[in-house]
Amino acid sequence: MTEAPKTLPRQSWTFSNDTNAEIRRAAHTGIYDIRGGGAKRKVPHFDDLLFLGASMSRYPLEGYREKCETSLTLGTRFAKKPIELAIPITIAGMSFGSLSGPAKEALGRGATMAGTSTTTGDGGMTEEERGHSEKLVYQYLPSRYGMNPDDLRRADAIEVVVGQGAKPGGGGMLLGQKITERVAGMRDLPVGIDQRSACRHPDWTGPDDLEIKILELREITNWEKPIYIKVGGARPYYDVALSVKAGADVIVLDGMQGGTAATQDVFLEHVGQPTLACIRPAVKALQDLGMHRKVQLVVSGGIRTGADVAKALALGADAVSIGTAALVALGDNDPKWEAEYRKLGSTTGAYDDWHEGRDPAGITTQDPELMKRLDPVEAGRRLRNYLSVLTLECQTLARACGKSHVHNLEPEDLCALTIEAAAMAGVPLAGTDWIPGKGF
Amino acid sequence: MMTATATAQDAVTLDMGSMELREVNSTLQAAAATNRTQFEVLNTLGSHAIAVGLDAEIKVTVKGSTGYYCAGMNKRATVHVTGSVGPGVAENMMSGTVIVDGDASQYAGATAHGGLLVIKGNASSRCGISMKGIDIVVHGNIGHMSAFMAQKGNLVVLGDAGDALGDSLYEARLFVRGSVKSLGADCIEKEMRPEHLELLKDLLDRSGTDAKPEEFRRYGSARKLYHFNVDHADAY
Repeated sequence: MTEAPKTLPRQSWTFSNDTNAEIRRAAHTGIYDIRGGGAKRKVPHFDDLLFLGASMSRYPLEGYREKCETSLTLGTRFAKKPIELAIPITIAGMSFGSLSGPAKEALGRGATMAGTSTTTGDGGMTEEERGHSEKLVYQYLPSRYGMNPDDLRRADAIEVVVGQGAKPGGGGMLLGQKITERVAGMRDLPVGIDQRSACRHPDWTGPDDLEIKILELREITNWEKPIYIKVGGARPYYDVALSVKAGADVIVLDGMQGGTAATQDVFLEHVGQPTLACIRPAVKALQDLGMHRKVQLVVSGGIRTGADVAKALALGADAVSIGTAALVALGDNDPKWEAEYRKLGSTTGAYDDWHEGRDPAGITTQDPELMKRLDPVEAGRRLRNYLSVLTLECQTLARACGKSHVHNLEPEDLCALTIEAAAMAGVPLAGTDWIPGKGF
Repeated sequence: MMTATATAQDAVTLDMGSMELREVNSTLQAAAATNRTQFEVLNTLGSHAIAVGLDAEIKVTVKGSTGYYCAGMNKRATVHVTGSVGPGVAENMMSGTVIVDGDASQYAGATAHGGLLVIKGNASSRCGISMKGIDIVVHGNIGHMSAFMAQKGNLVVLGDAGDALGDSLYEARLFVRGSVKSLGADCIEKEMRPEHLELLKDLLDRSGTDAKPEEFRRYGSARKLYHFNVDHADAY
């Protein structure tokens, strides 16, 4: 006699194993999950766009004979000394404290070899990064940890951080495990305690105040330094318009895939807009004000390939910025550390407990022994190589679209694979001339 | 065009009625390279960012009232404002002295690392927010949320303090002679020991008041928020 067919055990989509695991973890610890990185959920992204390339109506540039320029200048609006970059890819702000000294040095080395800038973070400027970064952007953050006028003057640009894509409206927390004597000294706080970074600035509120704050920063630095304003991907049209009003030379717009050293998982996954959705409203704000290309737009959050770079530029950005990808290039989440990731309850590609300071790759740690694992010279070389590949890929695509400068890429060069991406990027759905939201 | 003039007392006069802010500040910022040590700024018209980014042992008298961020990021200089000041006076000061004869608006001495800020009138809300080593002496009262997340240094108040004094305080010391409307999260009254009385006497002497250290109470951090604990979640 054959056994009667049975219903297979059925997992709930709503209460999946992942969801239940998080409920159990929360019930056990009484604290939300904190991790590094950006949103891990799948959101519409640059992968949902394609370049059309050249054919009968466009002719391409010859890849090995005809130049496709990549250089740009940031800070042309008010600064006496704008920044000249060889490539339209910069290194995003990441703090000493969240990153090790060798990691900051490697970022500076790689960026300098590639002809671009790197950026400090929420912990002040270290000698490692100033010494190894030909062009260094100094972040001006709510915590003002380590902020001083001497470093302000020896920076090449100043970035006023209003928000970041990982957590628009949120502050930060560097847990005590990473607060060594050096980190604590730079932040004027005791060793080993959790260090909170406020979510808004202590001495200004709103764009009218910020305009005056920027005046002060310009007066302190003799109007030499380009002033960037960094905003998270919240309300990009208005955030960009108000940044222009406040006097920005450059606006850095960071979408929700942009990383952070540590914040609540619920924040990372549920606040902010995808990078793809942010660019066109931001560009429209600049165009409406007659400031597109006069106030430069730097886009970040999930940039991985030269295709991502080219697509961001085609949508109207002047440059992109990378953080997570730069760390991967240095050696973050490398399979060679798999055995150690396993010991930490993670695996290659998923390791995100950067706040715990036990990073096997020696990047997101202050442990002296772990830090030794990262050779800043070799890691800097890897970053340089990676930046070169991004640039070459971007040039390849631009040439295929007939562009002699990567800034000549335009929305007309693109189509979208999904209705969502078409709506967000404001380009036609592939095979149609339909842009959702623009009528039929 | 430079219109600075020297008076009989050897003070260089910078008249904002005829000079742009940039000229005034660049003159003061360049003082270290000259032998001039006395300056006076006239006709301030409530301008913002006056005497910011100074880095020399000079004395600047600002005659009148100012807007935002007067004496911001000061190093070594003594800046004396004869009127009142707008938000963020002496913000992020590193060293030197700033004296305000009148009142101060919000964020006085915010994030400042060192030096002495004396406000002879009252200071508004968030006085000493995120202070990182500065000494602030307020002869009058201070507003709500003062010394929020204050890290290091000393805040001395001869009058009263508003709501939520010292919320989320780190290692800064707070001394109040009058009443405190309420204490913020993790801020508690602490014992006044001899070393605190000595410290307070020095600060009071340097700020030009004859108030007695014994008249003050000391407040500081309970240090219960230094490491996350779910049982303190209501305080975050």
